[in-house]
Amino acid sequence: MKIDCRHVWQHISAYIDGDVDAALRSEIDRHLEHCEICSAVMDSTRNVVVLVADDRVFEIPSGFSERLHRRLDAVLATGSPGS
Amino acid sequence: MTVEIKSGTAEREATAAAIVRVLAGDTQLFHDLIRPVERAVYGMLFMLLRSETDAEDVAQETFIKIYRNLHNFRGDAKFSTWVLSIARNEGLGWLRKRSSRPEEPLEPVLDESSGDFTPALLTDWREVPPEALERKELRACLCRAIMNLPPIYREVVQLREIDELDVQETAEVLGITQGSVKVRLHRARIMLQKELVPVLKGFAPVTKRSWFGRRV
Repeated sequence: MKIDCRHVWQHISAYIDGDVDAALRSEIDRHLEHCEICSAVMDSTRNVVVLVADDRVFEIPSGFSERLHRRLDAVLATGSPGS
Repeated sequence: MTVEIKSGTAEREATAAAIVRVLAGDTQLFHDLIRPVERAVYGMLFMLLRSETDAEDVAQETFIKIYRNLHNFRGDAKFSTWVLSIARNEGLGWLRKRSSRPEEPLEPVLDESSGDFTPALLTDWREVPPEALERKELRACLCRAIMNLPPIYREVVQLREIDELDVQETAEVLGITQGSVKVRLHRARIMLQKELVPVLKGFAPVTKRSWFGRRV
């Protein structure tokens, strides 16, 4: 089986997650070795995935947790759930 | 692997024990029970509502609801998955109530077969290291790109990439199949790559060039 660029793009996400079978993985690896476009697409997508997942991207509003637990304290003081 | 499974089971057992104690009257323990999921609940709601104050308000309501309905937790799902499903329902309910506000459709805007999910093509990629996230502009670019995704892709990015839920847990929270989770995540990643590649180039570390114009 020989795969083309379009075929590789269809599997980018699964490839990054290690969710492709061994035969397909080795085909993709072989393609990436000689295709600089797919290689750069794969590297850039992986880079984007790492950056997007970083905790620093979305900050939780300052004081969120304190306000939440203060509010909950008032509810908890009324007794056990369902009571 | 075995360790992970064990720690997962131990975590579940600890959570189940904490819930029993809260239900038996040790209500203060509820604070500790929810701390590990606070951030994920806020994130899920922010992705849905796109407003910090709304997400915070609905997050508070969600946790109150969770406290009052704690006896309904069955333990066949993970506590975090159950909590996130409730948060999502609260968020959707809130969106429906705010009818004066133009709602975004949460149904898939494209069916499985249509749409162009071709990545941005390039021949060379210079890695943007995580340290670059110290720069506020980069964080803003990433936020914008995620928030510009259609809602069904945004929520899958939140759960899979940011909260690091596995495919099965994500499918449970969203009420869709594992296959759909994978398709949506794939499309979301391609859309983000397409949107972010031109922007990220400006954040790659500067490389020196030799006399012949080649990077060294």
